[in-house]
Amino acid sequence: MTDPLTNGTSAPLLDVRDLRVTFDIRRDGDMPWTPSRHLRAVNGVDFTIHPGETLGIVGESGCGKSTLARALIGLVPATGRAIWQDGTDLLSLNPRQMLRYRSDIQMVFQDPLASLNPRMTVGQIIAEPLTTHRKGLSRDEVKLRVKQMMDRVGLLPNQINRYPHEFSGGQCQRIGIARALIVEPKLIICDEPVSALDVSIQAQVINLLDDLQRDLGLALIFIAHDLSVVKHISDRVMVLYLGKIMELETADEVYANPQHPYTQALLSAVPVPDPARERAKRIIPLEGDLPSPLAPPSGCVFRTRCPRAQALCAEKVPVLTGGHGEHAHRFACHFPGPLTAAEIEARRGVAA
Amino acid sequence: MLLEVKDLNVRFATHDGEVKAVNGIDLDVARGETLGIVGESGSGKSQLAFAIMGLLARNGTTTGSVRFDGQEILNAPARTLSKLRADRIAMVFQDPMTSLNPYMRVSDQMAEVLMLHKGMGKAQAVAESVRMLDAVRIPDARGRVRLHPHEFSGGMRQRVMIAMALLCRPDLLIADEPTTALDVTVQAQIMQLLDELQTEFGMAMILITHDLGVVAGSCERVMVMYGGRTMERAPVDPLFAAPSHPYTQGLLAAIPRVDQKGARLSAIPGSPPNMTRPPAGCPFVPRCPYAMDICQDVMPPLVELEPARRRACHAAVERVWAGPPALVETPEPAAAEMQERMAGDLPGNLPDAAVAGAGSAGVTPEGGR
Repeated sequence: MTDPLTNGTSAPLLDVRDLRVTFDIRRDGDMPWTPSRHLRAVNGVDFTIHPGETLGIVGESGCGKSTLARALIGLVPATGRAIWQDGTDLLSLNPRQMLRYRSDIQMVFQDPLASLNPRMTVGQIIAEPLTTHRKGLSRDEVKLRVKQMMDRVGLLPNQINRYPHEFSGGQCQRIGIARALIVEPKLIICDEPVSALDVSIQAQVINLLDDLQRDLGLALIFIAHDLSVVKHISDRVMVLYLGKIMELETADEVYANPQHPYTQALLSAVPVPDPARERAKRIIPLEGDLPSPLAPPSGCVFRTRCPRAQALCAEKVPVLTGGHGEHAHRFACHFPGPLTAAEIEARRGVAA
Repeated sequence: MLLEVKDLNVRFATHDGEVKAVNGIDLDVARGETLGIVGESGSGKSQLAFAIMGLLARNGTTTGSVRFDGQEILNAPARTLSKLRADRIAMVFQDPMTSLNPYMRVSDQMAEVLMLHKGMGKAQAVAESVRMLDAVRIPDARGRVRLHPHEFSGGMRQRVMIAMALLCRPDLLIADEPTTALDVTVQAQIMQLLDELQTEFGMAMILITHDLGVVAGSCERVMVMYGGRTMERAPVDPLFAAPSHPYTQGLLAAIPRVDQKGARLSAIPGSPPNMTRPPAGCPFVPRCPYAMDICQDVMPPLVELEPARRRACHAAVERVWAGPPALVETPEPAAAEMQERMAGDLPGNLPDAAVAGAGSAGVTPEGGR
């Protein structure tokens, strides 16, 4: 991991502005002339990522974190701008033009076994991006590179002719990582890469990603619902809620000094393997579930569950503000700052 | 003791040979206490619970003894078990969507329990169900009791499951990964709810989980399982303060934490053993930094370390507490993993196949989160 502050001066690898993904939803039984309803999965997200940096994205399920990742590599249609290093807007490209950039942005998926074709050997799986994007390579060269990559991610090169089902979950995730790395991308998007793995295997894969990033200078977008994993691996963390950024800050600062009530509630809920701390800790209760993204609350989307919500929050959408410069602590809240004990207790009374 | 398990073994007959899922487990649970069972996928923790409840897949067999409130219930006839299940021992499963009947209204499935066990009439049973849904804090329980499971969100469904398990005020609740499928915020709500309900109803609880954080928050005693065996059993505070077994130690070191500044994680090299061919000695030996020759051949007995604290390890506890010997930064974890698999000469993920056909008893392949 590189110090994000030293990166602040260099040009960003990817500059995302006002990214929006909207799905049209039609219910069963809707008449053909009934207008479809809009589900705003990602609702105006701005961020930048620099070469060699890790951006963690956290949020509850349904907050739009996976959709955001898929939009960046063109798996779902999106509006807004995503400016690549060379000045091209990735979102305005047609699929043929996008092909050139696909080898620069690769993805590692959540379910290690489901994201590998069961009828292809490991060698074929890892070689496929190479034969697609580097057509000039000879067969021998491809095979050599595949073997080198397998070695790099901790697989035995003599397993090249085996099939995915012969590997454990942790090894399948290594295959997925090898496939993403073989075309030497600049940015890897990892969508919950370790959430299907056991604790001891999870640590192996996190360490592998850490090493690869350091050695190859990759930028990572790391999506996870596990806040401890995100803290460990990220330089900066983005907290999403109903498709909007709630808080965006360096990992240390977000965890040590969270300003947005939602971030505070999320952090307070994370179980810590320390009995004394667990007993002493004060969980900020969030009432109920995520509101339906089909009918998000007016104003601040978090206000329905916020311990500090006031009339203003229903009227005005808070903008992402706070500080200047690339790496300032930014949050979208009318009333930021740590929740007081009284506020938490008051909320408890309501929730109980 | 409310529940006493002695030398419990669970075996599954599969096409690839016998899977030794649980090996010689002893445990006891007193009234009102919470025991946490921690282990990775394939450690046998869920099958242990299913064996206690008599819910094993058809190809599973058990030996040993399970006494509940003085009565032997292992391999007891179905009639005896049906009376106990839901009435005195209840279970909450990991995935609420697959454990609730999608065709039945919540009112019908909940009332059924009371009509069967308590001989209540339908109207009375539904009224009692509504009371219980209120107790697990489902807003507007009266209106929602007539809904179908799919009309609830994940967290609410898990509350319905818990309400259903508590209907007969059981003496023992077995919760198998009750919060694994849920978001952290919802997980915190559910764990708090379980805690409060437990105090209110005075029931004992066995909490099965892979998450040491959850255990730290809600259990009094913990049992750590690996390869179907008990590695360590201790009260929660000493276990987390000074884990006495190399596996517990490795597990704790492998977890990134929100409350600490993390250096590099110390991963446990390799992967869990193949339970069709379990190692002769300690199952953890291929991954253990303290392994000695004797570990290969002889399973260490579960011996007392301090009162109420037992560990199964040949290495002296002082050695474990001194920390792992400077590892030769295990060059290729995958290599060791593969060798082990070659020795087994079988494709991975076997425990999977072992529980195929276990119905709701099946565990998901990896991690099962």
